[in-house]
Amino acid sequence: MSAASPEKLLQVDNVSLSFGGVQALSEVSFDVHRHEILAIIGPNGAGKSSMLNVINGFYHPQRGSITYKGQTRKAMRPHLAARQGIARTFQNIALFKGMTALDNIMTGRNLKMKVGFLLQALHLGPARREEIEHRLHVERLIDFLEIEAIRKTPVGRLPYGMQKRVELCRALAMEPDLLLLDEPMAGMNVEEKEDMCRFILDVNDEFGTTIILIEHDMGVVMDISNRVVVLDYGCKIAEGTPDEVRANKQVIDAYLGVG
Amino acid sequence: MIYREAGNYKTTYAADQAIFTLQLDRVFMTMVMVLAFLVVPLWANEYWLQAVLIPFLIFSLAAIGLNLLTGYAGQLSLGTGGFMAVGAYSTYKLTTAFPDLNILLVFLLAGFFAALVGIVFGLPSLRIKGFYLAVATLAAQFFILWLFNKVGWFYNNNSSGNITAPPRELFGLVVTGAAAKAQVRYLLSLGILTLFALFAKNIVRGRIGRSWMAIRDMDIAAEIIGIRPLHTKLLAFALSSFYCGVAGAMSVFLWLGSAETEAFSIFISFQVLFMVIVGGLGSILGSILGAAFITLLPILLTNVPLLVGLRIPIDLQKHIEQIVFGGLIVFFLIVEPHGLARLWQIMKEKLRRWPFPY
Ligand SMILES: Nc1ncnc2c1ncn2[C@@H]1O[C@H](COP(=O)(O)OP(=O)(O)O)[C@@H](O)[C@H]1O
Ligand SMILES: [Mg+2]
Repeated sequence: MSAASPEKLLQVDNVSLSFGGVQALSEVSFDVHRHEILAIIGPNGAGKSSMLNVINGFYHPQRGSITYKGQTRKAMRPHLAARQGIARTFQNIALFKGMTALDNIMTGRNLKMKVGFLLQALHLGPARREEIEHRLHVERLIDFLEIEAIRKTPVGRLPYGMQKRVELCRALAMEPDLLLLDEPMAGMNVEEKEDMCRFILDVNDEFGTTIILIEHDMGVVMDISNRVVVLDYGCKIAEGTPDEVRANKQVIDAYLGVG
Repeated sequence: MIYREAGNYKTTYAADQAIFTLQLDRVFMTMVMVLAFLVVPLWANEYWLQAVLIPFLIFSLAAIGLNLLTGYAGQLSLGTGGFMAVGAYSTYKLTTAFPDLNILLVFLLAGFFAALVGIVFGLPSLRIKGFYLAVATLAAQFFILWLFNKVGWFYNNNSSGNITAPPRELFGLVVTGAAAKAQVRYLLSLGILTLFALFAKNIVRGRIGRSWMAIRDMDIAAEIIGIRPLHTKLLAFALSSFYCGVAGAMSVFLWLGSAETEAFSIFISFQVLFMVIVGGLGSILGSILGAAFITLLPILLTNVPLLVGLRIPIDLQKHIEQIVFGGLIVFFLIVEPHGLARLWQIMKEKLRRWPFPY
């Protein structure tokens, strides 16, 4: 990765999205480089979550386009986005409540599992081998995220911080190229936040995963992101390295509620 | 602490993923199987086989079918009776048109027809959920029965309007029709149920089962990890209807001997739904426990008062039955949605800790 022309994994071009009268995003453009951690920051209601929803095809923008891995589209379909290696976690945890942590994470492997229906019903060799092979992969992630103790617990019974970790684990099980994290540290105490930061950095480092991260804690953002995009009222008001953004007059105003 | 986990170290993921992870569970299951396959046929009389055990086995299969759809995939259906009717009438048409076709193969083909019909009536599930979907499946129930009543072709235009099981042989034994022995029909039903229960268990503990539960628990998140909602729901409808279809075929060919559409009325749909609720949503074992419970309850309610010397008029007895039924449904829906299967699990957990209170 040369500093002059980093490879673009994702390109957001002039995306506008509105809900009835509410303009959630207006003409937002930015690039995401391969292997970087990009933070999206901005006040509540700035359109950050909407941006992630556009990227993985959950919302379809009225104008603009998304270019992912060289392919330009007006909109994505969520399950196609998943197939192309986009995974995400949600601001308000979206785990499968009736399933154990292990089953939740195994579900993240679904797309990678190929054995057909009949072999599964008979539980013959290939079906059994596939299940074990993916279980091994999932167990490595469980070790990695240090959630061994709770793997057989129904996720509904887990504390909030643990649920966030299981959700991250499920996303990682998809072996994504692009990982979208919507406020992964919201509601956590300092220790939990430190753990989560470490996990995010490790994922980026060890698996080479490109990460887009929404986060409110400026300290965290400054620490772990390579670049920052700032949204305010649906518009991009700044983009750059953490230091550049911190020094930006408009950003300071937006955060202080001036202008 | 007789029933325990300690000392049962699982050293491979294969062992951890087995259906019965504990030694004692396996022993217990083997005993149940020996009892069901060897002891019961020798001991049970005609009444027990015909009035209790055979319908229990057949309804267990139907309950597993509905549980796949409602308990695992989260799609409420009131069309069970209709899908069972498709199985029964397809079997009748096939075996009267091709008398030499192996009857088991005919059951399977009938299951496939039911699966196709299930897929058609499952299509609305992409757009509608819960109560509204239940109403759509109710339409399936009424439409299918209406069709089978109306179009003479389905019952070969015979004057009674009934479909009657002709005698068919398997390994030289008559297994269907009036000449078939109750023991034989019981064993065949038991064999079919055992195999299909095992297949269902294998399906629900693997990729397909997880995708069903994902759709059930949170369809949005499921889609975002690449699960296609329509595809997944239709597979549930197909497989569920397949099971119900085979159960329907069995109920005419291995149990009733002769039936009209009334045998698959909305009452049957509700009865199977009750089995699933009482037994436990999202449990294969629960489906079987629920079927046992609902089949045995009326018999218990009839016989218990007699045993203590009470004579209750028949109509009052029916009313009591309905009250107890209603009460149980409400109890399980509100207090224990995971049904008898969950109670069984709690009991096992208690046993595991015994003699310590916790
Ligand atoms: N599904 C939706 N329907 C209507 N309005 C929405 C929807 N999603 C987001 N919005 C609106 O879009 C704006 C941006 O929301 P959001 O992207 O959630 O902001 P953020 O994540 O930055 O807090 C808000 O005004 C919000 O009310
Ligand atoms: Mg948000």
